[in-house]
Order: sequence, then structure tokens, then C-alpha cells
Amino acid sequence: MLNQHTISDLTRRLAQREISAREITQSCLDRIQQVDGRVRAYLSHDPADALAQADAADQTIAREGWNEARPLMGIPVAIKDVLAVRNHPLNCASKILGNYISPYDATAIEKLRAAGAIIHGRLNMDEFAMGSSTENSAFGTTRNPWDLARIPGGSSGGSAAAVAADECIASIGTDTGGSIRQPAALCGCVGLKPTYGRISRFGLVAFASSLDQIGPITKDVRDAALMLKVLSGKDSRDSTSLPDPVPDYPATLSGNIKGLKVGLPREYLVPGLDSEVKKSVDAAVQKLVGLGADVCEVSLPHTDYAVATYYIIATAEASANLARFDGIRYGMRVDGNDPAELYSRTRGAGFGPEVKRRIILGTYVLSSGYYDAYYLRAQKVRTLIRNDFLNAFEKVDVLVTPTTPTAAFKVGEKAENPLQMYLSDIFTISCNLAGICGISVPCGFTSPGNLPIGLQILGPPMGESTLLRVAHAYEQSTDWHKAKPPLQ
Amino acid sequence: MDYEAVIGLETHVQLKTRSKMWCGCPNQYGAPPNTHVCPVCLALPGVLPVANEEALRLTLRTGLLLQCEIPARAKFDRKNYFYPDAPKNYQLTQYDQPSTRNGHVEFEFNGTLSRVRITRAHLEEDVGKSTHFERHSGVDFNRAGVPLLEIVTEPDLTSADQTHAYLNALKEILQYGGISDCDMEKGMVRCDVNVSVRPCGTQALGAKIEIKNMNSFSGVRRALEYEIPRQIAAVRRGEKLVQSTRRWDDVAGVTEEMRSKENAHDYRYLPEPDLMPFEPAQDWLDNERASLMELPLARKQRLMREYQLPAGDAEVLKNNRALGDYYEPIARLSKNPKLLANWIINNLQARLVEIMEKEKTEQASLGLEPDEMKFTGLADLKFKPSDLLDLVEMVARGALSSASGQTVLAEMVASGKAPSAIVQSMGLAQVSDAGAIETLCDQAIAQNPNPVADYKAGKEAALNALKGQVMKLSRGKANPAMVGEILQRKLRG
Ligand SMILES: [Zn+2]
Repeated sequence: MLNQHTISDLTRRLAQREISAREITQSCLDRIQQVDGRVRAYLSHDPADALAQADAADQTIAREGWNEARPLMGIPVAIKDVLAVRNHPLNCASKILGNYISPYDATAIEKLRAAGAIIHGRLNMDEFAMGSSTENSAFGTTRNPWDLARIPGGSSGGSAAAVAADECIASIGTDTGGSIRQPAALCGCVGLKPTYGRISRFGLVAFASSLDQIGPITKDVRDAALMLKVLSGKDSRDSTSLPDPVPDYPATLSGNIKGLKVGLPREYLVPGLDSEVKKSVDAAVQKLVGLGADVCEVSLPHTDYAVATYYIIATAEASANLARFDGIRYGMRVDGNDPAELYSRTRGAGFGPEVKRRIILGTYVLSSGYYDAYYLRAQKVRTLIRNDFLNAFEKVDVLVTPTTPTAAFKVGEKAENPLQMYLSDIFTISCNLAGICGISVPCGFTSPGNLPIGLQILGPPMGESTLLRVAHAYEQSTDWHKAKPPLQ
Repeated sequence: MDYEAVIGLETHVQLKTRSKMWCGCPNQYGAPPNTHVCPVCLALPGVLPVANEEALRLTLRTGLLLQCEIPARAKFDRKNYFYPDAPKNYQLTQYDQPSTRNGHVEFEFNGTLSRVRITRAHLEEDVGKSTHFERHSGVDFNRAGVPLLEIVTEPDLTSADQTHAYLNALKEILQYGGISDCDMEKGMVRCDVNVSVRPCGTQALGAKIEIKNMNSFSGVRRALEYEIPRQIAAVRRGEKLVQSTRRWDDVAGVTEEMRSKENAHDYRYLPEPDLMPFEPAQDWLDNERASLMELPLARKQRLMREYQLPAGDAEVLKNNRALGDYYEPIARLSKNPKLLANWIINNLQARLVEIMEKEKTEQASLGLEPDEMKFTGLADLKFKPSDLLDLVEMVARGALSSASGQTVLAEMVASGKAPSAIVQSMGLAQVSDAGAIETLCDQAIAQNPNPVADYKAGKEAALNALKGQVMKLSRGKANPAMVGEILQRKLRG
């Protein structure tokens, strides 16, 4: 089935006129029809619109031939419900946006369109990207295609599940504390969180502006490289986007990592680390050694403070970012006798419990009298954490860690315990605080259980080329990425 | 015991930029509600701000004009509060790292020079405008995101009148610098006043009371004229004043309490993560510094010094910048800069007013609104400034009478011809030939026995009547000074 293939496979065959964009799109639509009632990765999608885009792509290919400058021509890419797509609903998996339709395209969407991609569907997530399981979605939990009783991870759970279940060819997620890498790991996909500023955030509904980053979830590393090349670059509409030139990422996938220095952070051997996960990650490290890498231990001494620092900074920014959802200009409104009553009724009814919890926490840490003790101190610790990484990258090219402490947990297992849930991001959070780049690639399965395990590779700021080269070399020496979930 | 007031001001001024602070929407007053809006200034989900460079530049220019330090690094912060006219429910402002700080303004007050220290002038954004109807409210977001400069003074002012003078001086500087049009009626300037009272001669500050909602400079003065005696009376009664915010009711002419300190907002300031800190480049600053205009007060002082102008004339040329700019280049070439100033301020201005009145009537009859009307200004005059200089020099050296000069000016305005050509073609050259004037004087004395008798009887004023007769006989061309001299000689003789 075409929907099971990678972008690079499909575009090669499209270029040869062996297949059509309509056939690819139809195969994804059929698969959605077949499994999404159980997986529930999509919040909504418009098959007619997808097919119309596919036909337009086919006509372009017929008229102009294959154009290397449009490397995603005819490829259906599904979008997390947190990115603005013109004339599509935008809900952030929250009730508060009501029947809001975005009047404009995010920069990332514009770039995908310019590359020829078919923009299709709204993927489920934790409400406003706050969570690690999609259980915080106002519209139901997405299921892990490998075990429908389990969560797919989050917040980009829909994005990972849709790729893993072959309901799309690739998807777009966002990562604030691991929200791309963690679900990619739990669903057995490749998930890339680029350096902060590498991809424009314009059109991404902000959770925590200084941590948020858009990235691809794909079926293999080459596709991630391809997507990154399309999505990256300075954007005049995002002042925090970086001006560095965009390398030809797919061209850097040489397969050669001889002499590359790989660091293993000592502090990541935490008590909660599952033995199956540890075993797979150790084996992956041995594989890298076998490929010629030099492995050594490094220290990231401020790791212990990462989760606390993250939840102060992220919630502080979120408390301001989410203030605009007030029922005045758009979205849901519950009327009141004065603005204050309208606000509290609207926000009381529109936001879910986790979002409220984080807004309250963020409001508290910014309050006069507490600001210095919490927010200001967290900013200082954030600098220390970033320095830990920059120091480590003086000695090594990349760091290798597990992506998550455990494989996918059961739906409801941690829902009542927010702190436990927060700790599931323990290996991914520091990367966002430091503003560096990271990727998760499949590195094995639990046994028994047959649940995917992810290997996280972290690189220095703008170190995506190296990161992708290592991930690709590892991936090509294994078959983990070829496994498909037992989902009929 | 005598008490004195201690006054500080926070003045908000809309910057004169083409577009808004964070988006490309026009910064323009008077459009129908919600027509100058876009996803960014409506704070739709997913948008980001991008700082307007022109606004950053005008802020730096203001800082330089107010003698401020320009820190190497400034940043923006989110000031959190919920209000329907604030689209993001936070306002972007500069909290602890403003673009400019520690400056001062000098201005004339009561015949001496006053100096007010400027704490800071920082950049922020305006919010929308709420309108309340019978059963609902509406918000117009055209103004949301318009760049706003907040200029904060130290508590250096001591009276309502002095505060009023400071505001006028500030407005003049901002208009001079092209920073803001400062049109009060369009809401381009708004101020909050902090005022407290203390026993004369003491240094400690009393409870700071903030007054809001004044929408004119005279409103500020009236509010202070009400509030200062109110506070002094309260203190004399033994009441303890507490820090609070009061609202000025312009109709009733009173201030009333809005909220006390306990109910003060906690704005939960947060550094804006969507914008990079602003670090003005050195060459940018150097350019701005090099092209900086002279402050109005400095110009007035210089006009008095360099051209020996009386304070009144220098004040007019300072207040009307276009007029001053017209004057100075030709004043430098003039042997009679005082007379030249006089001609520009009185005669040339009068002509322009005359033309404007005519144009106003014409355009009104075409159905144009006052906003849409265009009038001839100094730049549209058909003659060159150097022509006016020539005209004034002719009058100064007696080649043309003052009265004929007026006629020539009218013709210059009408045709743009050079004054010498007009004088020649109209035959207006002043007659300074003593013989010719003597003949005319004899004629006048012969024809007007009564004034002659009056003068001889000691009525000095009668000479003017005779002078007028001579001028009339010469059709205005006789040199008036010579006429006076010759008449006097003849009548005494
Ligand atoms: Zn706008």
C-alpha cells in the first residue's frame, strides 16, 4: 500500500510517473477510513479538499515534469491542530476556540505548500500542547497504533499515531518539552525537534514561546531531513527565527560516522528508567561503536533542575500566551454581565483542567513577591542548563540518551498524577531549555509487549546535519524503522 | 503651615509612523471601526509581533532630544491585564530596560528657565477603543498596536501652571522632531499626573495620588488646580492621605477616587519571548545624532542672539517652525534681519491668512470637509525667499516706501515676479529727490491752510495730516522721512 511508504520512495515513483498523487492520497484516506475510528489521530479532515490538492499536484507534474525544487509534490502531510492553515479549523484540541477557522497560513504551512505538499487534516494533541499522552485533548484520547489500550504520547500524539498507523506519509508536530520526540518514540517513528529559531513559529499557537519549536514526524530519517530542509529558514514575521543558511540536509546523510564523538550523559541513568528501555539504548550505543563512533561519558550537572525549571518558565509564558482566549473577538463565548464575568465563564467552560492548572501555576510564579524566587531563578538555572550542554558539545559531537524512561503507558495510568506525567518528559525537556536540537529514532521493542522504544540523539545549536547523519547511520544499520504496528 | 505640591507626569504620545508597531496596518486616525486590522493586531491564534524600525528610531530621537542616555540594550515586556480593548490581554511595553532614560527638558516659565528631569521615555503599544451602547459594547481595534511613547518625569514640577508649561514645551519638542503630531483631539497625547503635597521646605514626599482621564493640557491644569488645594485642605484637617488613583471629571471639575493602593493591579511583567532585545547599532545612533534638529528653546535663544530679534518675534519664529525655517536662510544674508523678521511675521503671514480664507470658502463651496482641504503654504509661494529679502532690503534703504512695499508683496504673491521688476513696471520707486519733494510740500502747504495754522499754533499732530497730503500728491512714492524733514523746515521757517 502506498500509504506505508516514505516520502523519498513515493517522490521517486511520482517522478517516474509510476504512481499519482491521487493514488497516494486515496491510500491514506482509505487507511483513515479503515483504522482512525480506533486510533483517533485525526480531529477532522476533508477528503474532497485533499483529493483536489492531489489532482492539482498531478496536473502540475504532468504539465511541468518533476521539479526537484518542489520535493514534497503530491505528498499528503497531516498537521497538528496547533498550526494555522487558511480556511481550516484551528482548535488546539480545546473547546475554547469554538468553530474558529484560521484566515491565514502559518509560515511552515506556506513552505510545505510551496514544496508541493498536500495539507491534510487536523491531528489530535493535548489541549494547547500541554501534556504527554493526548489525554488532555478536549476531543478524546488518541490510541497508540501498537497497542490501542495505550497512549501514543504527547502532546503531538495524533501526529505520531497518524504516521505510525500509515494514515499519512508524514506529519507536523510541535515540541515544547519533548512533544515531538516522546510520541515519536512511543509510536515507533522518527521525530525531529530542530534548534530553537530554525523553523519560523509564525502561525503556531504559542504554548511557551521561548521553548516551542515546529518539527516533522516521519517514517525514516531521510524523510525528516527532507522535511527539515523545506521548513527551515529566516522568516521576517518571526523575530526569533535564525538567519543561518539552510543546508541540503538529505545530502549530508553519508552513512559515515567514523571517529564521531558520542557522549552519554551520566545524569540520565535515573532510577525510573525501565530495564527494557535501558537494554535497547545500550545496544544502540554498541551499534554506534560498531559504526566507528567513539563513546564517552559526559556530565550535565544541572539535569536535576530541568523539570522544575521547565514548568516555571513554560507555565509563566503560557499564562500570558493563553490570555487572548477570552471570548471577546473569536472562539467560544459564555456571556456575562460585565467583562470579568464573561472572561471567567468563558475560560472556566472553555479550558480543560490541565490547561487551567498551568495557567494558575504560571500566574502564580509571575506574581509580585514571587517573581524573583521562581521565574527569575528559573531563568538563571536555564542558562546553567544551556551552559551544561554547550560545555558538553565542546567535547563531543552528539549526546545519546533514551527518549523516554518507559515505553507507552496505559490510557488512564498516569492521568490522575500530573507529577508522574511531567516526569515522563525528563529526558526531552532539557533540550528545549537549552534551545538545542534533538531527534528520536526507533531503537527496539519491549519484550514482552512489543512496544516501540526510542533513542534520543541531541546536537548543538544548528547541529542538525550531524544529528541527522548519526541518526541515519544508526537507522540504516537496523530494521526497527521498518516494523509496522499490528493494526488491521 | 504652608504646603507645596510635588508633581510628576506620565505622558503617552502616539508616534507618527506609517504603520503600526507590530504589523503593517496603517497608523491612521479616523477610519471606520476595525478596518485597519489584521491577524497580528487582532491577536488571532498563532501570530507574532515584529518591531517597527521607524518607531524604534523615533524613540531614540526623542531620547536624544530629551537629553537622555541611550542604553546599549533595551527589551520589551508583557504587562498582563484583562480588558476588552487589549487584544492579547497583555500590553507590550518596556519595563526594566527602556530604550531611553535619565534626561531632562528645559522650558521658559514665569520669565525664568525651568528644568524637569525625564526618568525615561519608553516604547509601548496602544490598545483599542471601547464604545458603550445601550445594551452592549463595541471595540474598535484600529488603534490597537499603534506605537506609543510613554514619557515619565521625575516629581520636579510644583504648580498647575508650570505643569501646563512643561506639557506645551514637550509637545513643541515632539512636533519639532517629527515624532508625533500631538493632536489632542485625535487622542494622540494622553497624560496621567502624580501629585502629592508636603510642608514647604521639607524633602520627604507625601502619599502619591495619581489622576487619570485628562484629555487636554488645560484639563491637566484644571485637575491640578482642584486637586492640590483639596489635598492641602485634607492635610490641614488632619486627614491622612493614602496612595490612590483618582479620576478627573472634566464636566463637574472635580477628581474622584477610583481605587486605593490595596486594589492596585499586579501586572506580572514578563520579558517578551517573541522579540529579540533591541541593541541600537552605533552607526544608526550616530546618524540620528548627526541629523538631530535644534531644540525649540535653543532656537529661540539663538534667534535673539544672532539676529537681535526681540523675544516676541523669536517666540513666533520658534512656535511656527515653517516660518522660522523660511526666515533663517535669508536672515543670514540680510543687513536688516530685524526688519526682515517683521515683514515675515506680519506682512507675509497676513497674506497667507488672506489666501487661506479665500481657499477655505472656495473649497467649502465644493463640498470639501475641513480635513480634506488643502491650503497654500510657504512652500507653495510663487516667489523665491530671496525675492522677499530683496524687497525688504529696498524698503530698508529707502528705495521703496513701506506702503509701496506692501503693494509689491501683494503682486509678488499674485504673479511670482521679482520685486525690482514690479517696482519698475508699477512705477513705485520711492522719490528721494529733494527738489521734487519740496515742490510737493509747497503745494500741500498752500492747499491746507488749517493744518498749517494748527501746527504753527503748537499742535504737532497737524504735521501728520500735511505729511499725508504730500504722500497723496506723490501717490505714495515720496520718501516719508524726507517729507517730514522738509515740511518741518518750511513751517518753522
Ligand atoms: Zn495589523
